[in-house]
Amino acid sequence: MSGLLRRSYPLAPQRKPISKARPVSRLKILALLPLAVALSGCNYVVLAPAGDIAAQQRDLVIISTVLMLLIVVPVMALTVLFAWRYRQSNTSARYEPEWDHSTKLELVIWSAPLLIIICLGALTWMGTHLLDPYRTLGRIKAEHAVDQSKAPLEVDVVALDWKWLFIYPDYGIATVNDLAAPVDRPINFRITASSVMNSFYIPALAGQIYAMPGMETKLHAVVNHTGTYRGFSANYSGAGFSGMHFNFQGLDDKGFDAWVASAKSAGGSLGRADYLQLEKPSENEPVRRYGTVDSDLYRLILNMCVETGKMCQSEMMAIDSKGGAGHEGLNNTLPLAYDKYARRGTAFGPEPTFVAGTCTPDAPQGKTTASITAPLDTAPLTGAGLKRPTFAPLKSSSFFLGLRPKSDS
Amino acid sequence: MSPDLLKLIFGRLGIDSLPLHEPILVGTFVMVALGGITLFAGVTYFRLWGYLWREWFTTVDHKRIGIMYMILGIVMLLRGFADALMMRAQQALAFGGSDGFLPSHHYDQVFTAHGVIMIFFVAMPFVTGLMNYVVPLQIGARDVSFPFLNNFSFWMTVGGAVLVMASLFIGEFARTGWLAYPPLSNIGYSPDVGVDYYIWALQVAGVGTTLSGINLICTIVKLRCPGMTMMRMPVFTWTSLCTNILIVASFPVLTVVLALLSLDRYVGTNFFTNDFGGSPMMYVNLIWIWGHPEVYILVLPAFGVFSEVTSTFSGKRLFGYTSMVYATVVITILSYLVWLHHFFTMGSGASVNSFFGITTMIISIPTGAKMFNWLFTMYRGRIRFELPMLWTIAFMLTFVLGGMTGVLLAVPPADFVLHNSLFLIAHFHNVIIGGVVFGAFAGINYWFPKAFGFKLDPFWGKMSFWFWVTGFYMAFMPLYVLGLMGVTRRLRVFDDPSLQIWFVIAAIGAVFVFIGILSMLMQFAVSFLKREQLKDVTGDPWDARTLEWATSSPPPDYNFAFTPVVHDNDAWWDMKKRGYQRPLTGFKPIHMPSSTGTGIILAGLATAMGFGLIWYIWWLAAVSFIAMLAVGIGHTFNYHRDFDIPAEDVIRAEDARTKLLAGAK
Repeated sequence: MSGLLRRSYPLAPQRKPISKARPVSRLKILALLPLAVALSGCNYVVLAPAGDIAAQQRDLVIISTVLMLLIVVPVMALTVLFAWRYRQSNTSARYEPEWDHSTKLELVIWSAPLLIIICLGALTWMGTHLLDPYRTLGRIKAEHAVDQSKAPLEVDVVALDWKWLFIYPDYGIATVNDLAAPVDRPINFRITASSVMNSFYIPALAGQIYAMPGMETKLHAVVNHTGTYRGFSANYSGAGFSGMHFNFQGLDDKGFDAWVASAKSAGGSLGRADYLQLEKPSENEPVRRYGTVDSDLYRLILNMCVETGKMCQSEMMAIDSKGGAGHEGLNNTLPLAYDKYARRGTAFGPEPTFVAGTCTPDAPQGKTTASITAPLDTAPLTGAGLKRPTFAPLKSSSFFLGLRPKSDS
Repeated sequence: MSPDLLKLIFGRLGIDSLPLHEPILVGTFVMVALGGITLFAGVTYFRLWGYLWREWFTTVDHKRIGIMYMILGIVMLLRGFADALMMRAQQALAFGGSDGFLPSHHYDQVFTAHGVIMIFFVAMPFVTGLMNYVVPLQIGARDVSFPFLNNFSFWMTVGGAVLVMASLFIGEFARTGWLAYPPLSNIGYSPDVGVDYYIWALQVAGVGTTLSGINLICTIVKLRCPGMTMMRMPVFTWTSLCTNILIVASFPVLTVVLALLSLDRYVGTNFFTNDFGGSPMMYVNLIWIWGHPEVYILVLPAFGVFSEVTSTFSGKRLFGYTSMVYATVVITILSYLVWLHHFFTMGSGASVNSFFGITTMIISIPTGAKMFNWLFTMYRGRIRFELPMLWTIAFMLTFVLGGMTGVLLAVPPADFVLHNSLFLIAHFHNVIIGGVVFGAFAGINYWFPKAFGFKLDPFWGKMSFWFWVTGFYMAFMPLYVLGLMGVTRRLRVFDDPSLQIWFVIAAIGAVFVFIGILSMLMQFAVSFLKREQLKDVTGDPWDARTLEWATSSPPPDYNFAFTPVVHDNDAWWDMKKRGYQRPLTGFKPIHMPSSTGTGIILAGLATAMGFGLIWYIWWLAAVSFIAMLAVGIGHTFNYHRDFDIPAEDVIRAEDARTKLLAGAK
């Protein structure tokens, strides 16, 4: 059955049907049965992704839907039934105008949704932890653990107005609106933005995560099938938003090497000055490749200090964490001459400025060190190995501020 | 004149602020102007200005204010729906290299305005209007606690709406999406007037909403008639109480977050900028701490309407009144604990995401209990399929679907693949149209005979119903499908031709809904013409159960000649059962609040101040602010705040009703 379903998606032709039917896939089949008919010919990428993470997210979508249908279908059926049976013209139906309470019924109507929500809540707790985009991958697909000997592919993603910049630090190349990865090799994305909020989303690969200026988000994913998939920004970011999409290619190892080589040979280099040109707003950008890239560029973008002379956020935070630069620090600003649209400035505010960088060559740099490592395990997501939720008080500062605890390893 | 002087007088406003280069807007403006001139001329010709001013604009009567809220909602629905039609047309056309007919500068304003208008100036006025009209009648009061404040609140809401409408022809509206996330909405990336229109429209209207919330809480807590304990209040009053508590607790957050954004935009602070330690995520948190309760602010009164309607048209007491009340209260509290589910995808940790996902799911338990309560109210009833009941059944079938997709979206990993997709759009239209809009229409059809003394025409009502319901499904089921194809929201052009068919179906659905709206306007017109046929003299056309049906239709200014005494929930049903006799003698003068023009004047000044701030016309802002203070202080010296309706007038009105009732038998 799952084979049949898979066949209806042209993007995933090479997938083998899973031989052993797991309970999960049985539920899946049930839910997909009516859909399969309606969907043939269309590309329901969310329901038929090409990456393991997206596939597991799809499973959760389907299992949750089935769980809820357990109560939704009876409610809808009863609504129609009662509306029909107790219509005014049907005088043979019982009429009890004063009947307004039944403890037994009340118990049922509160506990039935409660039971469903308990199941769904458990599923949510597990699923959310296991599919946390910050968590490294434990498996590359069902029953295939990650090969520890192969390093994951590192990709730094920058959402610009209105195009995507991808930097491959290990290969020293960069591309605009063109992303490729070898099949079955885990990809570690580090994601930020140059100006406004965007959301980095390749439905065939994995769920989305926001790309935000001055902040870094992470995504761990893997693509299991070769093919070309669509990626785009899923958060409106201004005039050129509609054109802010790219192709994501899942390639075999050879193909990927060729792709890297072609980028290398494309020549061109992306340094700080080139970047400042590139980040200016532009729409519907064609694919671009850079054979070399400033190895520090991503860090500078993330810390919003690509412009020379501007203090990096990491430096600023390091200084602040040591008590700050005091009142003198207020004078350490320079007038802002450059901006993406127009010179920033408000009706009543002071002239726009930026914080000038300090002159030390080895400025302290902030580094995100925390990571969550999944155990190597091919088993389906049952929650085994996941730490039992505790009700111990959470450490206040880390709870909301994203200093992510090392949970399971 | 020198540019400096021009700038001093007109601020940023210039001839190039008028969108003369956009033919769609010029066309719209000509239509609106012609319509406006006709209306103005008509009112002048029939010498109605005095009548409108005395009887409506300056009124402090909660009933008339309620009706004006509903009119505001309907007028703004037309504007908001015009935006919807344009979006659907754009998305259906912009395929295969076509750019559609809207450039991004216009399209991006359209989807922002659609969201803002539909939530703030359609759904909110509908909900507030129903509460304003019905709550005092249901609790046997003569008016709200603060009648002048009520008038002022209404005109502030109108002021906000006026600013949004002005942005159509003077300048532009925000191009940010309806919640105006910074950094996009900050001065660096939106230096134009659009976001300022957004801020000041919501600030002006927000004052009205907050004050109206305070007013209705006081009314419900303090003005209930003797015998009406909390647990004897009609469910609509209960949901109104919870909604207004939510309003009072959450709208200040909106006010503050918009104030911080305007500080960023006007004086160069850095609350939500990228640099200087600003945090755009803080804005997202704050706006959703308001935004999620807002959803329940809208839907709880709709739940109340459905409770009243189901019970009335099933001819049966509401099943599980107590659990209904507790469910409402639980939803009220939980609605504060779920805001983060609007941005699971912004990098919160798995524990935080799970927490907010699970709290969100928990809300479905009391909501589910409510659904069952309505179901078991129908069980062993005698259901009359009048229009309000039809809307209720449509709600029950539609809302469970929307609820289900909502719970699905509350599962964070599922949200990661569906967030911001058209699936999400389909979900919240499913609950807002299926819940709030259907609820408002059920309420309009249900209480219209109370407000005007004649029922609404059933033929056009059914036309409207069927077109709305089928149109809704045609318009939004394709969006669920598109969401599963990974199509995101707010896109202007598409290059995958296989998607087009779904957008075309959705556009046809939108046309169906449009016919539904036109049918509803037709329903009002036809009902007015056939008002003699549709007349109801009893004051209780549906054989209903709550106190508002105990008085005449339309109710007299004073609502009840004698304050009723309540012995049971479903007070009027209980009175009817026990053979209640209307008192025919012993009438006394009735103490009532006087009309005042202060509310409309203050709101007009506030609107002018907003306009001045938007366009940097500082003298206008300053003058209107000072004038507001002066008028406000001046109003405290107004000693003609109340009067007595003489006993003779009460006797005349009540005798007339006695004759009518005798004639009806």
